[in-house]
Amino acid sequence: MTKAVVTVKFFASLREHVGKAESEILASDAQTVSAVWLLSTNNMELPENTLMAVNMEYVDADHPVQQGDEVAFFPPVTGG
Amino acid sequence: MLIEIKERSFEPYECVLEYQKSAGFSGKYGATSVFVGSMRDFNEGDDVQNMMLEHYPGMTEKYLEKISQEAVAKWDILDSLIIHRVGVMLPNDPIVLVAVWSAHRAAAFDASRYLMEELKSRAPFWKKEALTEGERWVAKNT
Repeated sequence: MTKAVVTVKFFASLREHVGKAESEILASDAQTVSAVWLLSTNNMELPENTLMAVNMEYVDADHPVQQGDEVAFFPPVTGG
Repeated sequence: MLIEIKERSFEPYECVLEYQKSAGFSGKYGATSVFVGSMRDFNEGDDVQNMMLEHYPGMTEKYLEKISQEAVAKWDILDSLIIHRVGVMLPNDPIVLVAVWSAHRAAAFDASRYLMEELKSRAPFWKKEALTEGERWVAKNT
């Protein structure tokens, strides 16, 4: 049975800023990506230029979130 | 089409030859475009001792595959290869290899440029530099 949670991941400078790499929140507590941010960071301000993904696809802050989703927050990418 | 994330140093030119031998386009390609990005020992006026490259396992591969498929759809190319390092690396270490094979040069040139630009703007990788004094995250790509 799928747990009614949303997995939250933080990468790079944002992981250090938030102080954790991963957390879980109850899906019923957050309907959008921005709500997931607030819940999982104890209402920290969302840094400018933060990128967001749901299930490994880029989305906007108002994208809906469902149980079982993986939500990720990270700074602008710098590969290559 | 091959995507690879490597945790250890790699020799890009050997990878090109190896892939070319095993791929199914023998006799069909007239052009191979190869781009190799390497680590500098300087950035923004500071000496850089080493660099840590982080990625988002799963999403990084997904986006490298996505851009490879986009390149196939946009240009008449035969095949492509992308290899990207993660972990701790030193100056001169190769960071990224993009190779594209096509019958004629224009498609290989254009598609490899596209792959590099899209990789830099969409694939989730992050660089942290170790300077003579302290560390810093690279804020944006040049």
